[in-house]
Amino acid sequence: MPAFVIAEKCDGCKGQDKTACMYICPNDLMVLDKERMKSYQRDPQLCWECLCCAKICPQQAIDVRGYADFVPMGSQCVPLRGSQDIMWTIKFRDGEVKRFKFPIRTTPEGGAVPDGGYGPGSKANDINDQYLFTEPESAGFDLATLSLK
Amino acid sequence: MPVPNFETVEVTTDILICGGGMAGCGAMFEAAYWAKKNGLKIVVADKAATDRSGAVAQGLSAINMYMNTAGGERTPADFARMVRNDMMGVAREDLAFDIARHVDSSVHLFEKWGLPIWRDAEGKPIRSGAWQVMISGESYKIIVAEAAKKALVDAGGELYERVFIIEPLMDGDRIAGAIGFSTREEKIYVFKAKAVLANMGGAVHVFRPRSTGEGLGRTWYPPFQTGSSTYFTLRAGAEQTCQEIRFVPVRFKDAYGPVGAWFLLFKSTATNAYDEIYTETRKADLAPWAPYDSVKPLPANLRNYQGILDEVAGKGPLLMRTERAIAALAEAYAGDEKAYKKKMKELESEAWEDFLDMTIGQANLWAAMNVRPEQMPSEITGAEPYFIGSHSGASGTWANGPTDIAPPEYNWSGYNRMTTVKGLFVAGDACGASPHKFSSGSFTEGRIAGKAMVKFVLENNTQPNVDPAQVEEFKARIKKPFEIYEQYKDYGTTDEVNPNYILPRQYLFRLQKIMDEYAGGWSCAYSTNKVKLEIALKLLEWLKEDGEKMIARNLHELMRVFENQQRTWQAEAHVRTILFREETRWPGYYFRTDTPKMDEANWKCFVNLKWDKENGWQVFKKPVINIVD
Repeated sequence: MPAFVIAEKCDGCKGQDKTACMYICPNDLMVLDKERMKSYQRDPQLCWECLCCAKICPQQAIDVRGYADFVPMGSQCVPLRGSQDIMWTIKFRDGEVKRFKFPIRTTPEGGAVPDGGYGPGSKANDINDQYLFTEPESAGFDLATLSLK
Repeated sequence: MPVPNFETVEVTTDILICGGGMAGCGAMFEAAYWAKKNGLKIVVADKAATDRSGAVAQGLSAINMYMNTAGGERTPADFARMVRNDMMGVAREDLAFDIARHVDSSVHLFEKWGLPIWRDAEGKPIRSGAWQVMISGESYKIIVAEAAKKALVDAGGELYERVFIIEPLMDGDRIAGAIGFSTREEKIYVFKAKAVLANMGGAVHVFRPRSTGEGLGRTWYPPFQTGSSTYFTLRAGAEQTCQEIRFVPVRFKDAYGPVGAWFLLFKSTATNAYDEIYTETRKADLAPWAPYDSVKPLPANLRNYQGILDEVAGKGPLLMRTERAIAALAEAYAGDEKAYKKKMKELESEAWEDFLDMTIGQANLWAAMNVRPEQMPSEITGAEPYFIGSHSGASGTWANGPTDIAPPEYNWSGYNRMTTVKGLFVAGDACGASPHKFSSGSFTEGRIAGKAMVKFVLENNTQPNVDPAQVEEFKARIKKPFEIYEQYKDYGTTDEVNPNYILPRQYLFRLQKIMDEYAGGWSCAYSTNKVKLEIALKLLEWLKEDGEKMIARNLHELMRVFENQQRTWQAEAHVRTILFREETRWPGYYFRTDTPKMDEANWKCFVNLKWDKENGWQVFKKPVINIVD
């Protein structure tokens, strides 16, 4: 289901040099049309439908329409991604609507601490051995206790 | 656009990490710690935005590699044995064991960073199989990238997004850096480095997908994985391995939604049109692949083969019996209406989350087809083949093993995950014969390589020379697709049809047609033979020649030109390897009809290959050495 931009809702991210969808699309598919100040999807055939664009769009201006070569028309899958959860509205071809809410993270945005609170690792001192950063505390066991059997 | 006037940006560093997916994030996270201690600089180049780059861009509904060794569940030796069996005896147990002993550390860090891992009332992770744990992983990559980027910045490192790495820069037999271009600005990036990590993913769209219209992009693995790792390491002269072990995932038909949770968490069965469970009725068909026909779990390719046999026999469609699985799960609540309803709601939510976390298109397809999984089954089928060294495929670069457990044949340099090229390391999909690492193991392999690169730089602390001629040659190469277009665009009046050039999209279709029809794509039930493979090589030769006439009309299309070249090298490496191996060892991935049997006496070995300008392609055997019992 290639992503597309709903013209009425898109504000081109208010004239910045690139839009949120352009920033995020892993396949470089979103483009800002600077004359219309609206973004568009340049290559529907190569859209993976990851919806990274729809999830990041501050205007909820991006929707999807099922791949025309195998998806019957009429369904919708609309994400609303918050800082802790994502809400999905799923519309069936026959009109039924289902809503789901799933957690996406347990820490505040920007709250990931690299060492995870384990510290640098009491044995992660020697560049020549096998211990990695935060080990063995982060693993919960000592590498030296492992056997090849 | 007219021929761009590319500006050259030069960046000098100690360590260069090419790719910002899971392995790249693992590498920046780990290398940052050791580099900071030793005053070394790290630079990362990513084709996309690291928050959503690589195969985990969309999210995942499970972590497929978690041992819980401290919790008494699995050991690294268990893992190495499972990998060996799934690969029909051909795997690097040293690499598998190495990842398994570190992977719990990575998964525990993910959870601390904020990734929600499903746990039961006692706090035990909820498994959806022997090695998998379920997660709410919509933001998996964002969370991991956040921690990795913080570590990188704290160590004074730099991240360059939207820079597409193409060629390795060489100083004799040592890597000296990498060169690429911005997909957004008219800039060439010349990265000069003492050690380089290639972790630029696997390859998709080498074979013709089942959907070739608008659904072309709905591949199972992402279409932005274009063979960058294979191309880059081949061009540097690095030895490749397992380039015949492609992966064919059997998934929900057309949208390729995950089946793992259905098979393993919901205990679903799959049947053919005649309601036969083909994994049972086709047991005898696997006898030629003994002893692997009786290992548990059954190797993925053998399960595939059973389904393929049924489809070829006209007994399709294959159906995932979701309705029976849900009924069986709900049976325990018969008589208690309230508990039954609650359980059904819970199962429904879990089933939809499984799709929405990682394959939204499958959720949409179900909605479009009014599929209620509790009421009706859904079709499953084999996708087109992919190159993915992190899953149940093993294609990639031949890498040095961990120095404490690797036998001498696998430890030529003393640097873990270094290739046969001095200073060039690999991790994730780029590292061959090291499958089943998935997201967490790829991150972990990136960590292992990240530490080893710091060791390499400390012991080889000189900046290699970059010959300016290499840079000039590259500049000419990336200008050429624009120049050809400018020269010939007015010859005809239809932009797409011109005898002087070929569009990247048409080139892509030509590659896919060759591979599908001659190298065992889905349209041939994954079958091929020597005659077909030799035709494939001839057609690929012409394709490569015509590739010199691909055009670009903007930077985005220029990216497509080079992606296609990368895929073509991946294709050729694959064809040459399956041509060399005169047996059929993974019948559900590809079938050599002229050598239909497994041949343990002659072919229980790795097939490796390499390329260089003087000698062209060389294909040869390397021994399989078991390190676990």
